[in-house]
Amino acid sequence: MRISLINIVYLIASVCFILGLKGLASPRTAPRGNLIGALGMLLAVVATLLDQQIVTFQLIIIGLVVGGALGTYLALTVEMTAMPQMVAAFNGFGGGASALVAATALLAPGSLSNVPPTQLYVATAASGLIGAATFTGSMVAWGKLQGVLRWQPKSDSLQKTINGTLFLASLALGTLVVINPTGVWAYWLLVAVSSVLGVMLTVPIGGADMPVVIALLNSYSGLAACATGFVLGNNVLIIAGSLVGASGLILTSIMCKAMNRSLTNVLFGTLGPTAETASADEVYGGKVKSASAEEAAMIFETARLVIIVPGYGMAVAQAQHSVRDLANLLQEKGVEIRYAIHPVAGRMPGHMNVLLAEADVPYDQLFALEDINDSFPEADVALVIGANDVVNPSAREDKSSPIYGMPIMDVDKAQTVMIIKRSLSPGFAGIPNPLFAAPNALMLYGDGKEMVRELIAALREQ
Amino acid sequence: MEAFIIYITVFVLAIFVGFEVITKVPPTLHTPLMSGANAISGITVVGALVAAGAKESTLAAVLGCAAVIMATINVVGGFLVTNRMLLMFKKKK
Repeated sequence: MRISLINIVYLIASVCFILGLKGLASPRTAPRGNLIGALGMLLAVVATLLDQQIVTFQLIIIGLVVGGALGTYLALTVEMTAMPQMVAAFNGFGGGASALVAATALLAPGSLSNVPPTQLYVATAASGLIGAATFTGSMVAWGKLQGVLRWQPKSDSLQKTINGTLFLASLALGTLVVINPTGVWAYWLLVAVSSVLGVMLTVPIGGADMPVVIALLNSYSGLAACATGFVLGNNVLIIAGSLVGASGLILTSIMCKAMNRSLTNVLFGTLGPTAETASADEVYGGKVKSASAEEAAMIFETARLVIIVPGYGMAVAQAQHSVRDLANLLQEKGVEIRYAIHPVAGRMPGHMNVLLAEADVPYDQLFALEDINDSFPEADVALVIGANDVVNPSAREDKSSPIYGMPIMDVDKAQTVMIIKRSLSPGFAGIPNPLFAAPNALMLYGDGKEMVRELIAALREQ
Repeated sequence: MEAFIIYITVFVLAIFVGFEVITKVPPTLHTPLMSGANAISGITVVGALVAAGAKESTLAAVLGCAAVIMATINVVGGFLVTNRMLLMFKKKK
């Protein structure tokens, strides 16, 4: 009877998770949704603690206190710009925890779970493989985003061979776990090999491709929880893990589409200029016009609609608060402001929106690529700050361009395009941007934050 | 075998529910979605609690305790940081 009671609580928790994610459909209902999700988690934990299987509480209390304190500290102190690496680290902890739980089930078969042996061992192997690779992969992603890990070997055929071998080895070890479950060493060897695999898969991936990797690791942490659910025969783990797995996969696919690249290309391919790519001199040669803050301010003065296109460079320059001040000033002068957010504008899905929300930009001014692109022809000014490849018209026009086909912001269709940038240096794709040489484009050379401040000062003087 | 089919059924249906619910989340909220989903994947804490408290063997208990720490960071940190972000998405008065 107690078993069925705990299962009913788990069912309620699962419903809470679904309702919680459902709440995220709108910024208005989202905080409540998050609370419902947390409530579901609390219910599941309390029900488990009251279960008769648990006989000693010392280690549990230590674990909950240490983990709770660390989690609280990290969550309350993290800078919004550092959100991608924190989510990466959390993904890793989730994956690692799942692999460890599966290990304990293997150490004490029959006591922690009563699922059929084949299911137990297959799921344990899956949990060990996915969980360990998620843990180390996430730690590498964290190190790269945090800037403490700079090692980035080229993804070449040798590396692919190594990865393929590691993957086959982990599959073989997984099979061994299933055939000979009493030999726990096979499981630990599986964890070791998968850990190396996680590192090798993540280490060649560059900064701008990180949104894809984090979304994928998010999905893996869910799948690891799911596999652990099969190990323990616990439906709430299976349901919650599937929800997270689905979420991560959807975000991965959105990010890949936003870059017009396949997942395989992001993970194993390279992006860069080809022999056919026009050189910077051919593209820019004498055609680039620059303007001072005063000249730019005069153009803003007569504008009715200004669309701001922020890229990650804006966040690097910490310019989001200044940009908001500029937008507020323009609004006081009767100008309509919209922000155009490309899906890969930040270092994780939706990152740019959070950075702007932190700077008190109202969310109804934030527009997604497909919702804003038709508005550029009506805009008097498109202000590009810290973005490059996502406003490169070659993606639309030049079939030989390595970024051809990538969805871009059509800023070149605005009356005037202003680009705040330090120099004409290329973006992540390493190719020149014909936008800078367009007849309606003006370069505002300088640091993002300083240039925006100069613009504000110039507008105030007028 | 019968039990396994039930688990697989739950798994497949949950994936479908996940796709239905997540596709309705606007791009603006994708970061909170990730951190929130991340917190939910910390549900593995339930398994970790049993492992740490079942008193099977010392090794199992220690591994369980490590799992409780990791999963709790995930759960507590995930829900808190999501809440912190969501409170920033308020309409301007």
